[in-house]
Amino acid sequence: MMLTLQSIEAGYGAVQVLRGLTFEVRPGEVLCLMGRNGAGKTTALRAIMGQVPVTAGSVVLDGTPVNTLPAHEVPKQGIGYVPQGRRLFGELTVAENIEIGLMTRGRDARVRERVLSIFPRLRERLDQMSRTLSGGEQQMLAIARALCLEPKVLLLDEPTEGLQPSMIALIRDTVVALKATGVTTVLVEQRVDAALSVADRIAFVTGGRVAETVPTAGLTTTSPQFATYVGV
Amino acid sequence: MQLGSIFLLALLEGLASASVLALTACGLSLVFGIMRVVNVAHGEFFMLGAVLAWFTASLIPGPPALAFAVALVVCPLIVGAIAALADMLVLKRLNYEPEATIVATIGLLYILQQGALTVFGPNALPVPAPVDFRFQFPGFGYSGYKIAVIVAAVLLLLGLWLILTRTRIGLVMRATQIDRATARAFGINVDRVYAGVFAMGAGLAAIAAVLIVPIQQAHYLMGADPLLLSFSVVIIGGLGSLRGTVVAALLIGMVDQMIPIFMPVVFPAYGAWFTPTLAKIMATLVVALVLVFRPQGLFGKRAA
Repeated sequence: MMLTLQSIEAGYGAVQVLRGLTFEVRPGEVLCLMGRNGAGKTTALRAIMGQVPVTAGSVVLDGTPVNTLPAHEVPKQGIGYVPQGRRLFGELTVAENIEIGLMTRGRDARVRERVLSIFPRLRERLDQMSRTLSGGEQQMLAIARALCLEPKVLLLDEPTEGLQPSMIALIRDTVVALKATGVTTVLVEQRVDAALSVADRIAFVTGGRVAETVPTAGLTTTSPQFATYVGV
Repeated sequence: MQLGSIFLLALLEGLASASVLALTACGLSLVFGIMRVVNVAHGEFFMLGAVLAWFTASLIPGPPALAFAVALVVCPLIVGAIAALADMLVLKRLNYEPEATIVATIGLLYILQQGALTVFGPNALPVPAPVDFRFQFPGFGYSGYKIAVIVAAVLLLLGLWLILTRTRIGLVMRATQIDRATARAFGINVDRVYAGVFAMGAGLAAIAAVLIVPIQQAHYLMGADPLLLSFSVVIIGGLGSLRGTVVAALLIGMVDQMIPIFMPVVFPAYGAWFTPTLAKIMATLVVALVLVFRPQGLFGKRAA
């Protein structure tokens, strides 16, 4: 599915964060948004999900405007969201978090089994309160919950934040595997190596707009864009 | 009467009082727990349930049990529908801001109270008990209806617990309670959940009122006591904690009945002290102690 953000303006109350943000993600592509803190990466994902009001511009999914829908209708269009900090339902069990994901688009036990086969460790912890999981397990659950929607577009907000290398590798492999199945992915990432290993293109965000979009094939960890827009 | 019989009588009175209070307070607690709305109009939903029960009973001829059964089903539904309407027309437009919703529900309190006065008048309105039999205990006979109220309240509370913990609706409500933004990201229509929860909370108060109205007549000013007692219960139990609400309702209900019925027998020299007023003072003292030493309540969670 093609996701297009056109001249988006959005923010929190009087504070405008996005100032004409424009990008498009092609079907089956992994687009990574990179930029400094406060550049507007997370707000861009929240604007897609209808969690911040879009005051101008449009979010279009395969020709259908999404930003005019109520927030709870957005995931039903096939957009899965893994928010920054996971935002699990901490007082619910692993199984209940997964159930919430399955309910979104009326998915069944078959999807549940497939998701649990991607993250078998979650199967061992189905009755455990999700707040008691380790950081890595919580991230697995956040991704599993989003995958229960069988999303056509997946939004991942810093999925590797605070994780150990083995967990980062697992999440990277998952994104690559999803890409192979045709899932379109928007990834917010601060780690240059992680971005380069999974993304097809990187959109550098600064001041609430995309300054430059570059195919990862033309980038290395020492490319000047990372110093200019990310500060690494 | 022997001491054991008096104790049993006080216990039964306490349980009857606690069971109705638990139902009412669970409605208040549910609304606060999920919506973070302090519903000052909760007592008026209770009152509305009671006066509608009288109205229903007066409309339906035949045995009192039939009219009561209809009232028990219809009144909570009507009160719930009014509450859902109030949610959609008022609370939603205020974006459920805590301060604004307190003011709005105070306004709702007066609208419902004065509306009931206008429609049903200022007089106390009696509803006949649906059953008229007595259980014979050693030394005293006890109202079969009050025991039925206790059993009904226990079943309803059990049903509420099952809905919240074992059903999809309950799961959706709990997810909304934890994080409404993330709930929306998973397709949950939070506005609809809130309207449903507000209706359910008011409906619980109305059920409690229908149950109590054969014992205590309906009146347009009867909402104040259940509101204040419910607040006491949810403060002691912990705002939003249903388990705490039930435990605190038992505590308050028992204190309310044990002090005036049982204590004068145990301490006959000081019998005049143990009045219903003392029971109210004790309950208020417990609230004050909880607020000072455990402000989150017995079962509530401390704010992060």
